[in-house]
Amino acid sequence: MAQVTFREALRQAIDEEMQRDETVFLIGEEVAQYHGAYKVSQGLLEKYGSKRVIDTPISEEGFTGIGIGAAMVGLRPIVEWMTFNFSLQALDQIYNNAAKMRHMSGGQFKIPAVFRGPNGPAEFLSSQHSQALQSIYCHCPGLKVMAPSNPADAKGMLKTAIRDDNPVLFLESELMYNWKGEIKSSESLIPFGEANVVREGEDVTILAFSKPVRLALEAAEELAKEGLETEVIDLRSLRPVDEQAIYTSVKKTNRCVVLDEAWPYASVGSHLCYLVSSNCFDFLDSPVELVCSEDVPVPYNHRLELAVLPSVRKTVQAAKKSAYMV
Amino acid sequence: MQMREVKQYDRTMLLSLLKQMLLIRRFEEKASQMYGLRKIGGFCHLYIGQEASAVGAIATLDLKKDYVVSAYRDHGLAIASGMESSVLMAELYGKVTGCSRGKGGSMHFFDKEKHFLGGNGIVGAHIPTATGVALAIRYREQDGVVLCFFGDGAIHQGSFHESVNMAKIWNLPVLYICENNQYGMGTDYRRVSAVTDFSVMGTSYGIEGKQVNGMDVLEVYDAVGEMVQKARKEHAPSLLELKTYRYKGHSMSDPARYRTREELDAFREQDPILLLKARMIRDQRLTEEEFLGMDAEVKKECEEAVEFARESEEPPLESIYQDVLA
Repeated sequence: MAQVTFREALRQAIDEEMQRDETVFLIGEEVAQYHGAYKVSQGLLEKYGSKRVIDTPISEEGFTGIGIGAAMVGLRPIVEWMTFNFSLQALDQIYNNAAKMRHMSGGQFKIPAVFRGPNGPAEFLSSQHSQALQSIYCHCPGLKVMAPSNPADAKGMLKTAIRDDNPVLFLESELMYNWKGEIKSSESLIPFGEANVVREGEDVTILAFSKPVRLALEAAEELAKEGLETEVIDLRSLRPVDEQAIYTSVKKTNRCVVLDEAWPYASVGSHLCYLVSSNCFDFLDSPVELVCSEDVPVPYNHRLELAVLPSVRKTVQAAKKSAYMV
Repeated sequence: MQMREVKQYDRTMLLSLLKQMLLIRRFEEKASQMYGLRKIGGFCHLYIGQEASAVGAIATLDLKKDYVVSAYRDHGLAIASGMESSVLMAELYGKVTGCSRGKGGSMHFFDKEKHFLGGNGIVGAHIPTATGVALAIRYREQDGVVLCFFGDGAIHQGSFHESVNMAKIWNLPVLYICENNQYGMGTDYRRVSAVTDFSVMGTSYGIEGKQVNGMDVLEVYDAVGEMVQKARKEHAPSLLELKTYRYKGHSMSDPARYRTREELDAFREQDPILLLKARMIRDQRLTEEEFLGMDAEVKKECEEAVEFARESEEPPLESIYQDVLA
């Protein structure tokens, strides 16, 4: 088992899939000569050439649509957005073209494309560059959404996403690229809709995905000191989501805390709260708790920024509240 | 206005162009009638008046390797691409026998086999996807060409400008064809365009631009044919502005009060079908009887299309969850 960074895991996934299938190509701003704004595509231009590793101008709507058109006629683009913040320029392409082309053509076209890049709050970046946009992409039928929390998952999930015949939104996180983790040398694909129980416990379930999984695990350590055994579920795939794993855990612990970096209103987090509330009602000992961003744009000032975002302290508080310990 | 002489063209081809234009005209009249009888719902953008641009342009293609991508005024372009009128009428009726299984309607005709890639409803949003199809052609080192049709309303969208820039830097085989029918919905293009000769917009991106009389099917055929050859052999994208006119409103709900009767009548004098017919009769390539016979034939075809649509089945209710994901 090798220790690799999240960034390296993504690079390996892209490299191996490009090696395996010559219809796979990478397109986006700075992906080729600069090796990616976050250095995910290091070395790929040298290996595959400019035909398959394509630098674009700053034109998110344009190059996202170009990826979709290429996918319509059988190529498998990986479209890198420098950040999901800029993907809003291309949202029409994702919503109206990638997600709907199959449907409105009566099933004639498939869109085997991956749209990936960093998503979620980072540090000191203020409100336009620090936001979690998963709710937007999970909202629309016709899309799949994945959000890995560690290097091994990132590799296995990205390979699955590249091989899938549907448009997949692949959410990374700016602060995760340097995180290290063990990764198997053999190929291990992680399917859609398969959550991972990353810590077992009897007293409360925390549902998390992407970067906050680490936060959930730290909260679980704190909670253990106070005698509360926490089960942490890493959802990995947000659409489809592994409802069975969620309900199985909540039926065991009878308490649930949902952790989501996005704003609370009409979010993945609030939808998970709805799913658990309506499907596990008879098993719940307390209301489902939601730990999320404050309902404001993310401020630059670090003290304010930390106050806005989910934290270990807030997660511990929520878990204790669900156990009537506060 | 100087018109092309018919003498230099093959008679079989002339008859084919004439018949296709006539079929489009009669199909649209039938669609209008059925809309009036509420057999067809939703938006319905008729193509009457613009027949020469679809027929002249698409006649230059080999749709085994070339592609057509259209916006929402797509009926005429679909017919010119060889899609069957019965299947198109069934789509207007929302029947399962329609080209998009009743899920697309007027704005979303698709035929993967015939390389007709929509039928796209968001103004300008298909210009990047058409560019992506051209990218795929280059990627596979094929010699196909993409015709991307859009209206004078779409040419101001960023998606157009982003796409043309990338098509030029990557030498993609795509023709951007602006069918300038003079009104973007109810707005005279001269009121909202910094330049009124759109062909000059090619200059900004270093591609050839040409303004063409879109009421003369032969001029369209020659101009598009020349650019298609350049795209095929030199991988040079280009921009064509086909000056045309729609006799009807933007859609069925638009009485078109923003223009004068005189203006409409002036364009009717240049009717693309009557212009070609007159020249062919003058040069003894066609008789009045032949024309009437041809007209009777296409009218019958449209009657049969309505009959087919009327008798076809509704899509089954369980199909609502089909064709969302591959």
